[in-house]
Amino acid sequence: MSNRITTKLQEDKKLLSIYFTAGYPALNDTVQIIQDLEKNGVDMIEIGLPFSDPLADGPTIQESSTAALKNGMTTEIIFNQLKDIRKTVSIPLIIMGYFNPMLQYGVEAFCKKCQEIGIDGLIMPDLPLDVYKEDYEATFKKYGLINIFLITPQTSDVRIQQIDDASNGFIYMVSSASVTGSKSGFGQEQESYFERIASMNLKNPQIVGFGIKDEETFKQATKTAKGAIIGSAFIKHLTANGTDKTAEFTKLIR
Amino acid sequence: MNYNADEKGYYGEFGGAFIPEMLYPNVEELRQNYLKLMYEDSFQKEFNQLLKDYVGRPSPLYFAKRLSEKHGCKIYLKREDLNHTGAHKINNTIGQILMAQKLGKTRIIAETGAGQHGVATATVCALMGMECIVYMGEIDIARQAPNVARMKMLGAKVRPAKSGSRTLKDATNEAIRDWINNPVDTHYIIGSAIGPHPYPDMVTRFQSIISEEIKWQLKEHEGRENPDYVVACIGGGSNAAGTYYHFLDQPEVGIIAVEAAGKGVNSGESAATSALGKVGVIHGCKTMLMQTTDGQITEPYSISAGLDYPGVGPMHSHLFKSGRAEFYSATDDEAMAAGLELSQLEGIIPAIETGHAFAIFEHKKFKKDDVVVISLSGRGDKDLNTYIDYFKLA
Repeated sequence: MSNRITTKLQEDKKLLSIYFTAGYPALNDTVQIIQDLEKNGVDMIEIGLPFSDPLADGPTIQESSTAALKNGMTTEIIFNQLKDIRKTVSIPLIIMGYFNPMLQYGVEAFCKKCQEIGIDGLIMPDLPLDVYKEDYEATFKKYGLINIFLITPQTSDVRIQQIDDASNGFIYMVSSASVTGSKSGFGQEQESYFERIASMNLKNPQIVGFGIKDEETFKQATKTAKGAIIGSAFIKHLTANGTDKTAEFTKLIR
Repeated sequence: MNYNADEKGYYGEFGGAFIPEMLYPNVEELRQNYLKLMYEDSFQKEFNQLLKDYVGRPSPLYFAKRLSEKHGCKIYLKREDLNHTGAHKINNTIGQILMAQKLGKTRIIAETGAGQHGVATATVCALMGMECIVYMGEIDIARQAPNVARMKMLGAKVRPAKSGSRTLKDATNEAIRDWINNPVDTHYIIGSAIGPHPYPDMVTRFQSIISEEIKWQLKEHEGRENPDYVVACIGGGSNAAGTYYHFLDQPEVGIIAVEAAGKGVNSGESAATSALGKVGVIHGCKTMLMQTTDGQITEPYSISAGLDYPGVGPMHSHLFKSGRAEFYSATDDEAMAAGLELSQLEGIIPAIETGHAFAIFEHKKFKKDDVVVISLSGRGDKDLNTYIDYFKLA
């Protein structure tokens, strides 16, 4: 079976992807949030595995992670919550988290579990390219998982090429030099960065993340890129409005 | 066996650079340049000149006669407490500020626990006229007030880390986030032998002046370069790394590390990483780490703000795992008692961190002729409030 991410990327549309932290606002909200996002036309979901020390994240995701851990969230619980998810949800599902919880679970056991559940890909920002290629690429591939790498405005062209070569799904294009949720709006700097990447004609499509929060930023980000990921803005929405108003959020994006 | 970092920054299975892509350009720039820059003649000349004229090196190696009599061996103290700013931390900040200048950086960030590294960083930033931002856990800000004041007086901005345990690990997270947000003009001066490669190796090399001096100083005192033991306290492990460095490949030198057991190794309030930790990834490196079975990093505890870090540097993990070093841990009470003893036998009030190293005598009996060098990593002025409360001195 081909990977759902690959299939989704072939659709002739700009993709909306949403990140949320599993276990937030309440421990058992995970499945309902996923189902509602799909129902409201979201194309892809990043399920955040909470970590005690999320060093690439701004305050919003830090706080949701701390709250999720306080609610009792663990890797095992997420896997249990998701075990029947493929009975109701068909869009691509990605687990995004930090490497240490995966390492403690056991990288192979983690990947195997993902395959059983029907997870399509992983984003582990602190698992670097060289370590992935040397130690873990074979395992990810064995279990049909697409590994998604990040690039930033500071990433050199040479490095982007290496990342493109090692990728087999999409490239997560971090919009600006920042942690998650910290910039408001895109300026000239982002525009030229987006254009620079577009002109490189990479084999993997790019999906933009960090700093996307509404229709305007979504449109700007997807002018050249294949899609965009919203994280902090959705978590803020969950904090303010609870879990049953997803439609109100997605309507604001497109 | 090799006890130093290999080209990729591994000490055995520990080390490496587990960093998000946002940090890659900065860390890679440093990795490619640090050895070349630091061993240039002009760099070495400037570094050594500053260590001599500004820091006050060499720091004395002092034979502690009364302490030796008490514990039945020959004890020498490496007096890092006499350095400018009162601890070993300045050896590294002098080196790194020169490195930052060579790399064309104009803004400096740092994390600090006890405040010694923050003060040492604020000091060199004042010296070089560079902007300085120090991240410090909210709890540490409260318990290390004099050092916060010193940093401010030196012109640094002290920003509180309000997440997690609000101590050293969280200050480190905040500093890393700052670096992600400011990737071009900023250099991050990490204060301990932790972080992604090349930090542990770079910090160790800047601190290695400690063991370099011990060798020739001990030769003057004892007619031999190698002691029987070198002893240091370990949080992240920078003073220990510098104290051990030139002895790592000398098997006749016993290497002893003393961690902070807090209220007891198994009390649930401890920072004894070698006893409680297992292999994991924190702040960009693979190392021994206190964590839950689920891989969440545990909040450590020690009465000393400089030792309550949930990991140790990768070099120390390797020294532990390979058996090259003996690891012990001292409780709050043992460290405080050892600090009092040093004060009253030798007239030296140590930092509480350093007190842990002196608690070794509670755990290990040395032979009469053993030459034991203890790294007196810092002085106790900053801890006076804690001492006052603990010993009811007021």
